[in-house]
Amino acid sequence: MSVHRVMGLETEFGISVPGHPTMNAMVSSSHIVTAYAHAVSDGANAHWDYELESPLRDARGYDQSRAEADPSQLTDEDPGMANVILTNGGRLYVDHAHPEYSTPEVTNPRDALLWDRAGMSVMRRAMDLAAATGATPPILLYKNNTDNKGASYGCHENYLMRRSTPFADIVRYLTPFFVTRQVVTGSGRLGVGQDGRTAAFQLSQRADFFEVEVGLETTLKRPIINTRDEPHADPERYRRLHVIVGDANLSDTSTYLKMGSTALVLALIEAGALVDSDLMLARPVAEMHAVSHDCTLRHRVTLADGRRLTAIEMQRIYLEQAYRLCEQQAYAAFDAQTKDVLEQWDRVLTSLADDPMSLATELDWVAKKALMEGYITRDGLPWSSPRLQAIDLQYSDIRRERGLAARLEDRGRLVRLVSDAEVAAAVTDPPEDTRAYFRGECMRRFPDAIAAASWDSVVFDVPGHDSLLRVPTLEPLRGTRAHVGDLLAGSPDVAALIQRLGGAPSGSDG
Amino acid sequence: MEREEIEDADTPAAASSTPAELDSDVDAILDEIDSVLEANAEDFVKSFVQKGGQ
Repeated sequence: MSVHRVMGLETEFGISVPGHPTMNAMVSSSHIVTAYAHAVSDGANAHWDYELESPLRDARGYDQSRAEADPSQLTDEDPGMANVILTNGGRLYVDHAHPEYSTPEVTNPRDALLWDRAGMSVMRRAMDLAAATGATPPILLYKNNTDNKGASYGCHENYLMRRSTPFADIVRYLTPFFVTRQVVTGSGRLGVGQDGRTAAFQLSQRADFFEVEVGLETTLKRPIINTRDEPHADPERYRRLHVIVGDANLSDTSTYLKMGSTALVLALIEAGALVDSDLMLARPVAEMHAVSHDCTLRHRVTLADGRRLTAIEMQRIYLEQAYRLCEQQAYAAFDAQTKDVLEQWDRVLTSLADDPMSLATELDWVAKKALMEGYITRDGLPWSSPRLQAIDLQYSDIRRERGLAARLEDRGRLVRLVSDAEVAAAVTDPPEDTRAYFRGECMRRFPDAIAAASWDSVVFDVPGHDSLLRVPTLEPLRGTRAHVGDLLAGSPDVAALIQRLGGAPSGSDG
Repeated sequence: MEREEIEDADTPAAASSTPAELDSDVDAILDEIDSVLEANAEDFVKSFVQKGGQ
C-alpha cells in the first residue's frame, strides 16, 4: 500500500497565434514540435514506433534500413507526424490540433510532478525556438482544457495496474472518487456549460464535457472512466488505466495530490479494501457537473443507497480507508512520500471544509478564484467581465513572465514543491527507475542510431546492419539505471550496445 | 474588504499580518497582474478558439 506505481501524465496544450486567428492549429503545433526537434537533434529525428504488436521475448524485427527505404516511408515530412522522443524519455508531438507533451514513465507522484513541469520548460523552449525560425508569427501555449466556446482537450493521467483487478471494480470504486476529487484537483473555470455561456465560476475545467459513465471515446461523449486498453506492456500482467477526467494543473500541490490521492485509491481497489464502503452514486455524470458547479463545496451528492454526502465527506472516506490499510500494513514503516501524500490530502480536505480560500496558495481553483475576487472587490467588476475571463485564460499561459500562475509562484503566492534546478535536470534526464531510463539514455547517447522508439520498444539503425533492430521494452520496471546503467556506460557505440544486449540473458525484455 | 482580527497571539509570523498588510499584499498582486494581463481582454478572450482534443 503506497503511492508508488508506474504512472505518467500527457497534456494537450491550447495554442494560439495572436493576430492570426485563422492560423491552422495543426500547422502551428507542428512548428512548435519541429522547432524543438531540430534544436535537439540537428535534423535527425527518430520516429514514433506505431507498430502495435510488439514482437515477443527476444525478437529482433526485420525492417528495411533507412538507406534503402522508399522516401515515402520516411514520414518526417508529414507535419501531422511531428514527434520528438526526448532524452528525458518523454515525448513531444502533435496530437491533431494541439502540441502534446507526455512525461516519461515515473514511479511516484513527486516525479510525475517534476517531469510534468519539465514538459512546460520544453514547451516554453519550443515556443522560443519556433519564434526564432521566422517561419511563423509568435505562438502562445496554454496549459488548460477549454476555449470556453465548446472545445475541450485533455490532461490525461496513466496508472499501471495489475491486470487481475476486475475492471468492474475500477469502475465501481473509482467513479465516485473522480466525481468528488475535483474539490482538490480542479483548475477552476469562469464559465458554466460546454460553451461557457453562463458567467459563473466552477471548480473544474473539464467537468461539463463529461457525458457518460464508461466508454471508449475521448473526443466526444466523454466517459468518466475510459476503457482504452493499450497497456504498452504485457497485457496478461498489466493494465494501463487511462484517465481523461482530470484538469491540467499549474499548481504543484494540485498535481501532486491529484496523482498521489489517485494512486492511493487504486491501491485500495487492488487490495479489495473498499468492498465495505460502497460509494456508488445514483447519477455520476450529473453529480460530476453538480460538484464542479458548487463553489461553496456544500452540495451533497446522492449515493445509490440514498445517503447524501458532500464531496469533501466522500473524499475523506477514501482517505480514511487509505489510512486504515496503511495501519494494517505498518504505517510507521511507510515511505516518506506515502505518508506525505496522506497528510497533505488530509490537511487540504480539512481546510476545504473550514476555509477553502485559505488554500489560495496551493490549489489552482482557489488561486484563480481569489484573483478574480480581488479584481471584483477592487474594481467592482461583474462575473461577466471580460477581464475576469482573461484572468482565467492567462492563468494558464505557460510563459513565466506573463502566465498568472507563474507570476504567483515567482511572488511566493503559489507553493512550489519542486525546485527549478530539479526541473531543469528533468528536461534532459530521464527517471532512473523505469524503462524511460533506457529509452532516454539511448536517445542522448546514440541519437543518430535510433530509427524509432515507443513506450515498449527502441528500434536501432546500426551501421553495417542491413536491417533495423527492435529492442522490446515491454516491462516498465526494467531498463532502469540499476539494470542497464553500466551496460550503457560501457558501450562506446550503438554496435557495442546491441552486442552487449544480445549477450545479456534477459537484458532487454521483461 | 473586510478582514477578521487575528486574536491568537501565538499564530506564526505569516498569519499575524495586520489587516492593512494583508490588503496591501493583495493589492500588490493585483497591481502585478494588471501589468501583465492582456490589455484588450475582450479581444484576447474572443480570439482564443481551439479545436477539440482528447
